[in-house]
Amino acid sequence: MPPSGSLQARFLEGDRRALARLITEVENGTEVGRAALHALYRRAGRARTIGITGPPGAGKSTLTNQFAKALRARGQTVGIIAVDPSSPYTQGAILGDRVRMQELSSDPEIFMRSLASRGALGGLSAATLDVIAVLDAFGKDTILIETVGAGQDEVEIAGAAQTTVLVNTPGSGDDIQAMKAGIMEIADILAVNKADLPGADLLVSQLRALLSLLPDRAWTPPIVKLIATEEVGIDDLVTACDDHWEFLTSSGRLREQREERARRQILTLARSQLLAGLMDDEGGGGRLDHLIRAVADGELDPHTAAREWVGQEALA
Amino acid sequence: MADRKIRVLVAKPGLDGHDRGAKVVARALRDAGMEVIYTGIRQTPDMIGEAALQEDVDVIGLSILSGAHLELFPAVIEACRDRGVAPEDTLFFCGGIIPEDDIPALSGLGFRAVFGPGASTNDIVKFVREHVKAPV
Repeated sequence: MPPSGSLQARFLEGDRRALARLITEVENGTEVGRAALHALYRRAGRARTIGITGPPGAGKSTLTNQFAKALRARGQTVGIIAVDPSSPYTQGAILGDRVRMQELSSDPEIFMRSLASRGALGGLSAATLDVIAVLDAFGKDTILIETVGAGQDEVEIAGAAQTTVLVNTPGSGDDIQAMKAGIMEIADILAVNKADLPGADLLVSQLRALLSLLPDRAWTPPIVKLIATEEVGIDDLVTACDDHWEFLTSSGRLREQREERARRQILTLARSQLLAGLMDDEGGGGRLDHLIRAVADGELDPHTAAREWVGQEALA
Repeated sequence: MADRKIRVLVAKPGLDGHDRGAKVVARALRDAGMEVIYTGIRQTPDMIGEAALQEDVDVIGLSILSGAHLELFPAVIEACRDRGVAPEDTLFFCGGIIPEDDIPALSGLGFRAVFGPGASTNDIVKFVREHVKAPV
C-alpha cells in the first residue's frame, strides 16, 4: 500500500485532485508518474475505451459531449481524454475541446482532461495510453478518447481504443477519398454527423457501397446518422458501440486487441528508451553533430550516418 | 524523459461575450510554448473551478469586461479553493476593464497581476514565466 496522504493513496481514495495531479506526472514522464503506473496498470483493464476520430470540424467534441451525457444517463461513470495539436514550432498548444463540453463540468462523475499531442503524429500523444490506464484504474466505466483532427493517416487511435468511431460529414470529398487506405480502414463504427446538411444521404450510400466492396469480415461497421448538436442519433451510436462490445467479447477479439496493444506499447517504449540511452552516451561528445553536418553537406547519406552512430555506441 | 510544460487555463467568467482579449492572451501564451486550455465565454465560477481541477493547471488567467469582477472573481477563487486549487500554489492573474481602485481588492483575493487595455502580451508572457511555481 502507498503511504497514507501520498498522491497514490489519495488517488485510490477517489480524490479527483490527486487523479488530475497523477495524470500530469504521467504525462510528464516523472519518477512519481512511473512509480504510479507500475501500481496502476495492475488495477486497470476494466474500463471500456471508445475512440472518436475524424477531420477537424467534423463535430468530434460535440459528439463526445453528447456521448458522455448518454452514458451518464445509463448510469456509467465517464472519463474523457481530448487531444489537440501542439505547435511544431513553439511546442505550445491551444486546448479548446472544453468549449463544446461546458455542460459536463457540473457532473463530478465525468472527468475530462485535455492533452497536447506534444509532437506525436498519429492523432494522439505519447502519454495517451498511460492516461487511459490512470482513468481506468480510477474506476471510470467508459473512457472516451477524442483524437486530434485526423486526416488520412492518423490511425493510432485504433490501437489505443477498443472501439473506434470515425466521424464523417457530408461534402468532404468524393468516394475516392473514402477508398484510400488509412483512416477509413480503422473504423468500427462510421458516424455521419451533420446529417441535416445536403449530401448526407449521398455520403451514407457511398459509405455503404464502400463497405460492400470489403472482403467478408467478422465485423461490418454500421453507419450511424447523427446531428450531434441536436442530440439526434446519439442513442443509435451508443447501441452500435454496445453491439461492437458484444462482438469483441464473444469473438475473443478483445483479448487479441489487448495483446496487440501491449506489444505495441512495449516496442514503442523500448525504442524511445534505446534512443534516450544513445543520446545519454552521446553526452557532449559532438559525434552526432559531426554526422549531422556530414549529411547536410552531402558527404554522407543518412542511412550510413545512423548506422555509424548506433554501431559505434553499441561497440563502445 | 521528463517534459514539463506550463499549463494555463484562460477563462471568461460572467455574461459578457467579448472574448477577443482572452483569445489574444491565449494565443500569445501558446506562442510562448505553453499549453493553454481555453474554455470559452460565459463560464460560471464552478465551471472554472472544475476545469482548473481536472486540467491540473499551473496558471489561471481570467478575463472580464462586464464590470462584475468584484462580484465574480471572489466566487471563482472560492470555487477553485473548494476544489483544492488555491492562489498559494496556482498563479492567478486577470485582465479586462478593471478600475485602478479595485486592484487592491483583487490582490487581496490572490490575483498576482491585473492587466488592463493596452497591456503588452510580452509582459503577460514574462509575468507568467517569472511567477509560475517552479515545477516540482
